[in-house]
Amino acid sequence: MKILVTAKRVEDPESKIKVKPDGSGIVQEGLKYKINPFDEIGVEEGLRLAAKHGGEVVVVSIGGKEVQEQLRHALAMGAHRAVWVNHTGTLDQLALAGLLQKVAEKEKPDMVILGKQSIDDDQNQVGQYLAEFLGWSQATFASKVESLESEQEKNKVPALQVGADGKTVRVVREVDNGLATLECALPAVVTTDLRLNLPRYASLPGIMKAKSKPIEELTPEKLGVDVTPKIQVLKMSSPPPRKAGIKVPDVATLVDKLRNEAKAV
Amino acid sequence: MPIVLIVAEQQPDGHLRKATLNAISAGRTLAEKAGAELHLALLSKDPSKLAEELKVQGVKAVHTAAAPELEHYLAEVYAPVIAGLVQELKADYVGMASTAMGKDLMPRVAARLKAAMATDVMAFNGSGADISFTRPMWAGNVFAEVKLTTPVKVFSARATEFPASTGGQPAGEVKAFTPKLEASKTKFVDFKEVKSARPELTEARVVVSGGRGTKGDFKEIEALADELGAAVGASRAVCDAGWVPNDLQVGQTGKVVAPQLYIAAGISGAIQHLAGMKSSKTIVAINKDPEAPIFQVADYGLVADLFKVLPELREALHKLKE
Repeated sequence: MKILVTAKRVEDPESKIKVKPDGSGIVQEGLKYKINPFDEIGVEEGLRLAAKHGGEVVVVSIGGKEVQEQLRHALAMGAHRAVWVNHTGTLDQLALAGLLQKVAEKEKPDMVILGKQSIDDDQNQVGQYLAEFLGWSQATFASKVESLESEQEKNKVPALQVGADGKTVRVVREVDNGLATLECALPAVVTTDLRLNLPRYASLPGIMKAKSKPIEELTPEKLGVDVTPKIQVLKMSSPPPRKAGIKVPDVATLVDKLRNEAKAV
Repeated sequence: MPIVLIVAEQQPDGHLRKATLNAISAGRTLAEKAGAELHLALLSKDPSKLAEELKVQGVKAVHTAAAPELEHYLAEVYAPVIAGLVQELKADYVGMASTAMGKDLMPRVAARLKAAMATDVMAFNGSGADISFTRPMWAGNVFAEVKLTTPVKVFSARATEFPASTGGQPAGEVKAFTPKLEASKTKFVDFKEVKSARPELTEARVVVSGGRGTKGDFKEIEALADELGAAVGASRAVCDAGWVPNDLQVGQTGKVVAPQLYIAAGISGAIQHLAGMKSSKTIVAINKDPEAPIFQVADYGLVADLFKVLPELREALHKLKE
């Protein structure tokens, strides 16, 4: 089975994001970059599926030369080869999904696994756009019943269950008030939620091997996709700060403040 | 006149998801700014009962589609129906609450309409044809004002930023339309509800949340929640460890809540957690570590062992009632 996974380059989730004084963007200096954590979960799931069912994991990233770092990261985790769509400049979700559609049509995977959202834009859209553009089945927010401390997780059992005939995949989705299970005909688009798995660390031999794995370079022009943004960011700002709070010495003071000052109880 | 179309959500148990009423408020705010009419869409096996509940203030029409295929929500089935209605009405805006369904469905609708979309919209700016959307990025560390340049504009609205719509003048009429149904490559298998006698997290007036400091023992969190009639929440670490169900997670990647009172016990306050609760009206933090970042957003901080002070707090609150 062939699985296409994504590796978006995003700011390290632990880094402090500050808006530029003129509101034109965020301050880039001093920031570290990583693979989008949700995409990393997608890479891990792809590797587990390939280990169980055989096949190939192809990782794709879109951006300037620097996204090769994220591709190498996924290759070091164990992905077999990489596709790099070389483009500098802003891309919105319509453009990203359009590019991924062309890559998927070229690669013809059985499944595309993406993060449910990237932690920079937080749009939570690309997987759904992609599924519609391809006319494929979609299962967003993939999770599993077992916890991340379960035996299944320790044994790296894939959470996505491919049917015996290899034509379907069962996905447990994290939704409001519970878990919903879908059965998707393959090929399908799956987006990952946090508790699908714990991604592995890249091993040293993995990192060495990744250096010689192939990265194919494509461009929006080669793929025939118009990437003119349809979403314009006019201005960015920092959220209004909360007014400074106080420390209270004991429960009695807390209850008094809650009752008489905040009128919350 | 331009049209704003808001999609209603029916829960698996047949009831209206309350966030729909907040999304209708969002739609009304947008309609006022854009000089537009507000219309609603309801897809269901049997929409007759819920359609009446949707005749709330400012709604021009409730468009209902009835079909057995619409019983269990599936993006592939719902998206063509909504997109078809948008084209039929020539709607300019289509939106929904940012629930799991809203986030799953709206991008697929947008893709079908070749439309751009803004997720988790918190406010609408401008007037007439010049409308922009305010939405969070980087876990709520940045608010971005964005403009969508496609003819149809799609959005999901963050329910906690808009009040729930209420009765008022029931001007709207209910209009049935024939859904454009397509064969689905996806089958609904089942839905397992996590049942709780407590209020829903995103709808509760008070939320009591526990973090790593509980070491997985939620008894005192739950007891305090029950004393206050509150919902129980949790930090990501606690859910990941399997100590409490996943759907209790408050945070950027979990639920975004904005109750009147949020009590965080044993939660350090990672950026990802703060993004999910810092719009709460009053925040109380209880933590042994005086340096915990949660104290930076708390109105009232108590540096203490939660196992010692939560029972005291519960008793003190109980006495207030007497």
